[in-house]
Amino acid sequence: MPFAINETMGQYSELFMLLAAGTYTVAFIAFAWDLAKSSRALRAIDLKAAEAAGTKVPAMAGAGASAGSAAGSAAAADGGAADSVAADRVDSHLAGPVGRAERPSSSVAKRGGDASGAGQTADADMRYAAERRVPARVAVALTVLGVLIHAAGVITRALGAGRVPWGNMYEFLTTGAFVAVAVFLLVLIRRDLRFLGTFVVGLAIIMLVAASVAYWTPVGHLVPALQSYWLIIHVSIAVLSSALFTLTFAMSALQLVQSHRQKTVAAGGADKLGFMRLVPSALSLENLSYRINAIAFIGWTFTLMFGAIWAEKAWGRFWGWDTKEVWTFVIWVVYAGYLHARATRGWTGTRAAWLSIVGYLCVVFNFTIVNQFFNGLHSYSGL
Amino acid sequence: MSERVKANKKSPAPVAAARTEAALPVLGPVEMLRWAWTQLTSMRTALFLLLLLAVAAVPGSLFPQRPANPSIVTQYIKDNPDYGKLLDTLQLYDVYSSAWFSAIYILLFISLIGCVVPRAIAHYRAMRSQPPRTPKRLSRLPEYGTLVVPADAGLPASDAIRSAAGVLKKRGYRVEVRDDDGARPSLGAERGFAKEVGNLVFHTSLIGVLVSVAVGGLFGYSGQRILVEGDTFVNTLVGYDQFTPGTNFQSSQLQPYSIQLDKFDVLFDRESPGKIGQPIDFNAEVTTRDTPDSPAKQEVLKVNDPVTLGGTSIYLTGNGYAPVVTVRDGAGNVAMQGPVVAKLQGDNYYSSLVIKVPDARPEQLGFVGFFLPTAFITEEGVSFSGDPDLFNPQLTLNSYFGDLGLDAGSPQNVFELDVRDLTPLNARNLDAGGITLAPGSTYTLPDGKGSISFDSVKRYVGVDIHHNPGQLYALIFALLAVGGLIVSLYVNRRRVWVRTGTHEDGRTMVEYGLLARGEDHRLAAEAVAVRKLLSEEWQLADSDSGESADDSDSSVTQQTPSRQGDNGADSVTTPAGPTGPKKDQ
Repeated sequence: MPFAINETMGQYSELFMLLAAGTYTVAFIAFAWDLAKSSRALRAIDLKAAEAAGTKVPAMAGAGASAGSAAGSAAAADGGAADSVAADRVDSHLAGPVGRAERPSSSVAKRGGDASGAGQTADADMRYAAERRVPARVAVALTVLGVLIHAAGVITRALGAGRVPWGNMYEFLTTGAFVAVAVFLLVLIRRDLRFLGTFVVGLAIIMLVAASVAYWTPVGHLVPALQSYWLIIHVSIAVLSSALFTLTFAMSALQLVQSHRQKTVAAGGADKLGFMRLVPSALSLENLSYRINAIAFIGWTFTLMFGAIWAEKAWGRFWGWDTKEVWTFVIWVVYAGYLHARATRGWTGTRAAWLSIVGYLCVVFNFTIVNQFFNGLHSYSGL
Repeated sequence: MSERVKANKKSPAPVAAARTEAALPVLGPVEMLRWAWTQLTSMRTALFLLLLLAVAAVPGSLFPQRPANPSIVTQYIKDNPDYGKLLDTLQLYDVYSSAWFSAIYILLFISLIGCVVPRAIAHYRAMRSQPPRTPKRLSRLPEYGTLVVPADAGLPASDAIRSAAGVLKKRGYRVEVRDDDGARPSLGAERGFAKEVGNLVFHTSLIGVLVSVAVGGLFGYSGQRILVEGDTFVNTLVGYDQFTPGTNFQSSQLQPYSIQLDKFDVLFDRESPGKIGQPIDFNAEVTTRDTPDSPAKQEVLKVNDPVTLGGTSIYLTGNGYAPVVTVRDGAGNVAMQGPVVAKLQGDNYYSSLVIKVPDARPEQLGFVGFFLPTAFITEEGVSFSGDPDLFNPQLTLNSYFGDLGLDAGSPQNVFELDVRDLTPLNARNLDAGGITLAPGSTYTLPDGKGSISFDSVKRYVGVDIHHNPGQLYALIFALLAVGGLIVSLYVNRRRVWVRTGTHEDGRTMVEYGLLARGEDHRLAAEAVAVRKLLSEEWQLADSDSGESADDSDSSVTQQTPSRQGDNGADSVTTPAGPTGPKKDQ
């Protein structure tokens, strides 16, 4: 006899989810405020720098405070080395070869340490600068509060159902949102990715709202097909990888915007996206998202493998081209393509970013459309 | 930056001009093949094929697939007469065995082999050869630094290079010392050969997985069987309801084990709101025998928990009800008695059943109808099942008599009754009405044709029986692949060069440079570690900043290795070069 259902716990869980979504909303506003405020502050610094530019010629390899230099903004923050890298990258879209500069050369990363002089412009290595960004701190604090409430919601849900909280789409979404935010906060310990805050927290809000509105399911037992320890292994790795893919999706999207902006600024155009100065250069975004995607790809490989082992246990064959299997395979192949693209002439940078984005869209499609509208053995939406 | 852009923009024009001027060489068949091979094994083609594979896999999830469910495909073609046939011509109902899908993955794997083999050979050579020669200007390397050993340490340049070699060897580098008796001895070191090995293992293992799948398709087999409580299945070809052999299957492969279904229990959810009646546990108690003579063994067969027997695995994949009926013919003899498997049709085990009684005399009888475990009837007279459990079991049947057409010997679907040649006996629209039976009740057919009794209800299970000899190998190769993948992503291949020289004033000047092959975001950390090890080896006060007077300013630039090559490049020979080693960040 399975564990008895505890509906009171389930109701507590839903209350916690609601509170978490509310807290995230305030955090989201704080993150947005941080972007707006920093953007304004940066513009003021720019104006001052422009006045001073006549007297001070920035040294090439010196501190990256050269806000008025040709490459402008973010690229300048990386100092001379990154400048040339950025130039390489811009060129490589046109015809240039894949040079060594494309590699995540550690010198570039290290040089970012000099950039603290460049106001609040983002570092290449995404480390914390000396400046205190009060709204960002408030936002992170609120996100931490939100994630704690969210954790309470996930745990009470698990207690209410007496099992792991990912047996249907509602639970997958609420737990997935929790993992995404938690992973984001964990990365924040080491790297200043607060520029992703609006995105990650915004996505968590969307996921929680979608879970409550479209996929709401009361606490219940699992169907026999899901009663296996593989549910714990297979799905938890899938959730974790999806959370990582969420982060890299955000970075790749920003990378495209940043790359476009860097090109515009380099060509002497006006910088219309001032808030993007909080975002590191396109190259460093690409490098970090590559590293995270590599981890997530290994996770997805395990998802695929453990799924196959489970399928063998449950259905008697380890691979049967079930719709869910097809899409999991498609995602795996797209991200495999992404990893290969990094080593292929003419496929780095923007094209790789697009692959990362397409991969994530497949993840979303696999979760939403495939679960609900495609008939298959994985129809466990609980709806 | 703008200059570079311009330079690049200019370049295509002369190239294009040169291209038009140069006459294209005429390629013979061998050259053509070589050209095609080069194209196929290029990374760009591999990437293209990989992405094409992802795109080609998608239609298989959009259209019904024959291997999964052939009857749905037939229905789909019937429902879409305009394009259903066309899709069939394009093999869109058999995507994963279609010519075009196969073409893509076979090309991809050929490309893979064409890529892996030369790389394996090259890597084998690289592993056996010495690290590449020391570059002239180490300062051009991505990581570069210098150390100075004071004159009173008494460490000549040659000894310094040897001790550096020892340090690097201990750290796992393969080291070669060059010119150690000369004025500028140097060493080349390399590590991380496992990265490429992992890469090769990963790709080779993928081929292994594919081969394992093919082996499974050749020598494996699978089948289905329905077992009513009390039934026994013997693993022979006739024992199966449905059997799918692999291409190279031989019936001698079947080991004649037996499995008997003793009892089947289903537990339904009775407490979750909105999910009342959802099954939460299936439990089949079975008795198995490895061979007809072996002792019987009690086992439990559950979903997610197959029974392994005679090289096959037996899976619980379906279940339902089988009402037990007794049919007597006009002569009063029992013409048929036993459970009849009811096929699931709708919610709560609403199922259909067909009873064929070819032994009834003088005329054969046939019944078609429904079984409802918990019968409810709406005001409009529509019956439905209100619960999956047996609270109010009911059989509703129509009856027919005549020739069932079984005597001719042509095979028939047991779940369908062809009533064209039969005369209706009971139906709702006839005077006699339909038959409605509760357990224990009997209905006497009109015109003295006989009677039918609904005795009891049994449960049945559907089991899948699979034998796949390739599966274990697929798992092994998949594990190898993932191991190789992790190694290839997280082992870094690095080269280190160190060069030493003796300054006029007796100090030993050391410079070192690091280079990564492939992605390596930890090269800087490695440079710091190497520097620290060398400093410890030579007992240099790494953190002591007050060692020399002139380093306070220059230290910042010295300690931050740069690729610019404009500082410290000639540090070994320049007296004003680096003086005191300092702590890195």
